[in-house]
Amino acid sequence: QGLSNSELQVELAANYSRNKPSYVNKSLNEVLTDLRSKFGIQFSFSADVAESIQLRVPASLEGEKDAEALLNKVLLPAGLNYKKVNEVYIIQKAVAAPAAKGERSFAPERPASESRRVQADVTVTGQVTDETGVGLPGVTVVLQGTSRGTSTDYEGNYTIAVPSTDATLVFSYIGYTNQEVQVGNQTTINVTMSEDAEALEEVVIVGYGTQRKSDLTGTVTAVSEEEFQRGNIQTPEQLIAGKVAGVQITSSSGAPGAGSQIRIRGGSSLSASNDPLVVIDGVPVDNQGISGTANPLSLINPNDIESFNILRDASATAIYGSRASNGVIIITTKKGEAGQKLRVNFSSLASLSYNPRTIDVLRGDEYRAAVNQYASPGNRELLGEANTDWQELLYRNAWSFDNNLSVSGTIKSIPYRVSVGYLDQDGVLLNSNMKRASGAVTLNPTFLDDHLKVNLNVRGVQSEHRFVDEGAVGTAVNFDPTQPVYADNEFGGYFEWVGDDGIINLLAPRNPLSTLEQTDNTSNVSRSIGNLQLDYKFHFLPALRANLNLGYDVSQGEGEIILPATLASVYLQGGSRSQYEQNKTNNLLDFYLNYTEEYEAIRSRVDLTAGYSYQKFNTEVPAFPTLNMEGDTITQAPRPNEFTNVLISYFGRLNYTFRDKYLFTATLRRDGSSRFSPDTRWGMFPALALAWRIADEPFMQGIEALSDLKLRLGYGLTGQQDIGSYYPYLPRYAYSNAEASYQLGDQFYRTLRPAGYDENIKWEETETYNIGLDFGVLNNKFSGTVDFYYRRTNDLLAFVNVPAGANLTNQLFTNVGSLENRGVEFALNYAAISNENLTWDLGFNATYNQNEITSLGQAADPSFPGYLVGGIGGGVGNTIQINSVGYPRNSFYVYKQVYTEDGAPIERLYADLTEDGSVTDEDFYRYQSPDPDVFLGFTSQLNYRNWNFGFVFRGNIGNYVYNNIAANAFYNNLDWPGYLLTIPASVRETNFVSEESERLFSDYFVENASFLRLDNINLGYDFGRIMNDKASLRLSATGQNLLVITNYSGLDPEVAGGIDNAFYPRPRIFSLGLNLSL
Amino acid sequence: CHDDLDQVPPYDLTSATVYEDFSNYKQVLGKLYAGYAVTGQQGPAGDPDISGGDEGFSSYLRQYWQLQELPTDEAVIGWGDAGLPDLIEMDWTPNNQFVRAMFSRIYYQVALTNEFIRETTDERLSSRGISGANLELAQEYRAEARFLRALSYWHALDLYGGGVPFVTEEDPVGAFFPEPISGEELFNYIESELLAIENTLVPARQNEYARADQAAAWTLLTKLYMNAEVYTGQPRYTDAVTYAQRVIDAGYTLEEEYLHLFLADNHTSNEIIFPIAFDGLRTQTYGGMTYLTHAPLGPTIDDLRTEFGVDGGWAGLRTTPAIVNLFPDVTGTIDERAIFHIAGHTLEIDDISQYTEGYPITKYRNVTSTGQPGSHPTGAFPDTDYPMFRLADVYLMYAEAVLRGGGGDAGAALQYVNQLRQRAYDGDAGNISANQLTLEFILDERARELNWEAHRRTDLIRYGLLTSGEYLWAWKGGVPGGRGVQEFRRFYPLPSVDVIANPNLVQNPDYR
Repeated sequence: QGLSNSELQVELAANYSRNKPSYVNKSLNEVLTDLRSKFGIQFSFSADVAESIQLRVPASLEGEKDAEALLNKVLLPAGLNYKKVNEVYIIQKAVAAPAAKGERSFAPERPASESRRVQADVTVTGQVTDETGVGLPGVTVVLQGTSRGTSTDYEGNYTIAVPSTDATLVFSYIGYTNQEVQVGNQTTINVTMSEDAEALEEVVIVGYGTQRKSDLTGTVTAVSEEEFQRGNIQTPEQLIAGKVAGVQITSSSGAPGAGSQIRIRGGSSLSASNDPLVVIDGVPVDNQGISGTANPLSLINPNDIESFNILRDASATAIYGSRASNGVIIITTKKGEAGQKLRVNFSSLASLSYNPRTIDVLRGDEYRAAVNQYASPGNRELLGEANTDWQELLYRNAWSFDNNLSVSGTIKSIPYRVSVGYLDQDGVLLNSNMKRASGAVTLNPTFLDDHLKVNLNVRGVQSEHRFVDEGAVGTAVNFDPTQPVYADNEFGGYFEWVGDDGIINLLAPRNPLSTLEQTDNTSNVSRSIGNLQLDYKFHFLPALRANLNLGYDVSQGEGEIILPATLASVYLQGGSRSQYEQNKTNNLLDFYLNYTEEYEAIRSRVDLTAGYSYQKFNTEVPAFPTLNMEGDTITQAPRPNEFTNVLISYFGRLNYTFRDKYLFTATLRRDGSSRFSPDTRWGMFPALALAWRIADEPFMQGIEALSDLKLRLGYGLTGQQDIGSYYPYLPRYAYSNAEASYQLGDQFYRTLRPAGYDENIKWEETETYNIGLDFGVLNNKFSGTVDFYYRRTNDLLAFVNVPAGANLTNQLFTNVGSLENRGVEFALNYAAISNENLTWDLGFNATYNQNEITSLGQAADPSFPGYLVGGIGGGVGNTIQINSVGYPRNSFYVYKQVYTEDGAPIERLYADLTEDGSVTDEDFYRYQSPDPDVFLGFTSQLNYRNWNFGFVFRGNIGNYVYNNIAANAFYNNLDWPGYLLTIPASVRETNFVSEESERLFSDYFVENASFLRLDNINLGYDFGRIMNDKASLRLSATGQNLLVITNYSGLDPEVAGGIDNAFYPRPRIFSLGLNLSL
Repeated sequence: CHDDLDQVPPYDLTSATVYEDFSNYKQVLGKLYAGYAVTGQQGPAGDPDISGGDEGFSSYLRQYWQLQELPTDEAVIGWGDAGLPDLIEMDWTPNNQFVRAMFSRIYYQVALTNEFIRETTDERLSSRGISGANLELAQEYRAEARFLRALSYWHALDLYGGGVPFVTEEDPVGAFFPEPISGEELFNYIESELLAIENTLVPARQNEYARADQAAAWTLLTKLYMNAEVYTGQPRYTDAVTYAQRVIDAGYTLEEEYLHLFLADNHTSNEIIFPIAFDGLRTQTYGGMTYLTHAPLGPTIDDLRTEFGVDGGWAGLRTTPAIVNLFPDVTGTIDERAIFHIAGHTLEIDDISQYTEGYPITKYRNVTSTGQPGSHPTGAFPDTDYPMFRLADVYLMYAEAVLRGGGGDAGAALQYVNQLRQRAYDGDAGNISANQLTLEFILDERARELNWEAHRRTDLIRYGLLTSGEYLWAWKGGVPGGRGVQEFRRFYPLPSVDVIANPNLVQNPDYR
């Protein structure tokens, strides 16, 4: 026994401390020889042990003055210490844990006890397991106060001889909290180690590498698995909703697998993408959609994700150059661990979801009375006898099942993890469904004495969707409730509006239930993302690493939409059968060199990275005709399409640390994009950051309460090239499809159209200034960060009007104007209670963000109101928002409603703001914007013995929503040519009658939609080891979207874009989960 | 390895390659014509030429028609789309989306034609080795492109007056600010262009169907001269007579049945000088003739499929009592040009949004002269072509120009007018005498003959009646009984977005 497993322990220690690469590995033997020659001191050690123990030592002993301090530094991480007897240093196994948490406590060294020799030893055996009950190999087990110790074997088992009295065993393992156990008269001692979360959090992942959290200069937040949102989460970004300051995640709807709008610090652009860059295991993925899926991120199984690292300020993101302006989300997937034995984990989640609310509309006698008052006499006769709740008809209680199995361990020293998952999710809207089968394999072996680290990830997803026509949601709100659901007709037996002659009324809405039940809109999407990362530490120069990352992301989406001839909307053409397909590939090659060196003499650490990146995105879109059910062509196949975007980049980063207190980071990236012409395609993106660990200054040492204080300053320039168009600078001609041909003589020609282009188009650039403060109080019982930022986007890529006649179109993507964002992010974590049985952690984050357009267009005409955006329902071409200089992006642009003394809006009376005697569109004013002033998240996690309980609240303050549904509530809206509609009951408050479209633009319908949402409540019970200790079991129950507190009058105050026009409602979900580990 | 940054779209052509192959030329020419009919490269919608609004709304013909008809006595429309009621009430602002869409369409056509003219100069053609018959064809195409550019510039002049941007093939494509041109200069340019191509264009009635020939250019010259006094202050009625006469002499004949001019087989008519061609299967749009065949129909009308060849009505367009009252009876029994749907409708319009108030004109139909429906299986898109220029218009212009002192033959003028009346009355019952042929009569006769053919606004301006309080109709100026509006509203404002995009443009001060 003794030190028999010590190599393993040392190896783990070495792995753990790999993030301090200013060190080199040497055997204990070599180290001691070096020390002997430098300090002239003698050592006593067991030669065979010393040969096999590898130590991390400073690459150079230059500047080392204190032999004992140096010994402490190099020995402790290896679980060793020394004692000095008559000028001889005796190297021995340490009792205390390696310095995972920076604890430097030495066990008091006692001379070998006399009594021990006279007492008979007792043999104690047992198993050390982690929290999930899996045996932990390589745990150091030491008899306290002695050098006697051992390590656990691959099963986590150990055997140690201890004195029969007063023995205390100390169990220690990297990344876990030490445990001390009084032996007493026990002979079997099983120990469960608990993870030391703080130790694990220490490392954050940044672009092209990792950094110690304490060394960070930029604004980076890591969110690991324990902190994820829980319950029925089908798409990765929802795991961190409400968890990170500065990051706003708004799901676009309640459809299965629906996407989210992710905004980091409000987004930096006007018409170019505001989506952050998403990097999965080092592969930046395409954030454009994939045909056949609502959300490309839904093709990543959230269960495979280990952590998110969110890079927000430019000093952190600039290493991603032209794609970094909207922040970067780095997703790291789960891997196997070195030395880990076989671990099997099975989880299953069953969820029931339902639609919590529908819109209150006029029904029954109230509706009949309204029709009889407001409809034309002919249309009053259209009233039916039924009392149908069209909205209720569309929704169901929907079940969802998510099963995941993972196996991880080590085969022949190759750590691996294999996982499979299957999700079958019904949506609350009839017939909507998503099925997702996913699989992933990761291998992360090391070779050449740890010099070559290999990381192989391959993951695949096959998903099947059944989409429904979400337009039915809105149609059901207005569909005449006096009409029956079914009728005896040729439209599949569903009631439809027809004229006197039995011919379908083209203008009328279609029966929403028929739309859902008769539409067969399915897709099949496959995606595979993988990478092979080779990280080689040079043998002759271990401070230098070379890293090669080869990655790919391929997807294929295909789908078919079959509308039977009995579906009213396509009845006349005999049904419709259409098809689509899209193939995308994204190939990546990254190579970088990293040199990390500690210059002890000048108390400096240098971490230098330089690299090259090549990435190619290709999209192919084959074309298909649209047929009717007879097989006749309705629309001929257009020409197929294909786009390619190539990005070539060079990047470098210098991290310099002085006295561990003064940190400096400089980053530079040069990007070339195929989207721009050879003259403008190269962009340079620099960033600088400084950090000062104030808490480490001597003058702060007296302040006991303050455990951490760091000031960060950053500046950076990032770019944006994601403008949707792939060839915006290139003069090109596109063919028309067959239906846009033109007749010349007897022949029809598919025409050739020259496209508009801007040969000078270039990068959009965002300058970011950031000041951040990280703090910890009372041994980090309270810890948090505050960041102030200011961002200015110049050469804003906007889709704007070009001078008429000067180009081959009227609007074009071009560089115009500027936009500012300023804000404050605040995050606070409070470890309210932390003891053996009870822990309670609270987290709170809040973000204030304001944006303002500071310039638009070359001409500064004060009479120009701005660019109208934000199309609304009611008429065609009506918009409710505007982008104007001096105002927030997408400000609402509306009439100022005039009210009675009682506060009721007066119909068709608006303030004449121009005071010219008439109310025209010149009397519009800018009123609020959909972006919240403040958004916040609040998290609580309570653990009591085997129970845990948590919840997440999320809220917005000052987000405004245009209630488009209420805006179409007016009595004359009941009466239409040949059909009737009902209207939302909100008409009782306005009593609006007139159909004049100016009503749509009243600020009355722009509502403060501030809200507080109880996103998630979860309760779990850990059964610990069951089935004769063979397995461990955890059960959990989760409720999602349980409560929304808001004054907003519509169904849901959280509306991406700020225009509420009946979207697929977000369901309320209850889930039961089981987690079984073997 | 940086070469990979030079990506080209594999399924498109680039400007460098498209003109190398002569077989592409006609497809590019096709686009110049198609720009008046469809809204983009995907019919009926999906890949628009211009953006910033609804694609169907952006149709050249639809907007030209609306801007020429909605502010007049000929049409009202019941929909609440932003800015649409303003066209009827004549209180549009520079932000009006339809005013903007028309402007964008006009300059889109100008830019397209400039590009083609630039790429088909004799030097460029010879540098690409295009010679012989191909060279002659290319020169014809180029002349047609110049005709189409002149047509769109005339629309710009007529709708927006002076101060509009002026670009030709001499200007580059890209970021520059076109200079504005005065109305008079633009008038002169259009005239000079039409005169310059007069002899390069294919002789009248000799070109392929739907392509412009000499008669198209002469008709456009006639129309330009008719309103020359509005554009430049100088009347040019003598020239109007000259060019009308050339058209008349070219051999066009009146269609026997008035209604047949507006049906799915109207391409066979020998009266139409220049059409915008549509096809139910191959030239589809939500603007153009789809709009004109659907928007007047609604639930008060049965047999949409059999009688009108369409899949349904959009319940929008009607006419005002002023037009109905020009006819001796509303049923068309006397004058067959009275093509109104009356059942279920009131003559008077108290509420524009009510489809049942006012009579729809139902002359545009997607059925052939023998009653067969158009080619599209449901009638969603018509085959009916739009008669942009036709002989009856030229007859009436000739008569008017003669009356206004442009010379010509007064007897012939009367005869031309009576030919139209004989067709309308199926005999001589409607014939007028020489002293009945007054300017007032011609204006009314134009409304009877050419209603809903996008001439009305131009005509009323020529007669000084568009804005004045002298002639009122229902909802003129936004009141049920009608009222005069400011005179500057005879021209539309430059769209705000275009004024901001081009600092050289100066908004008509009245619109500020």
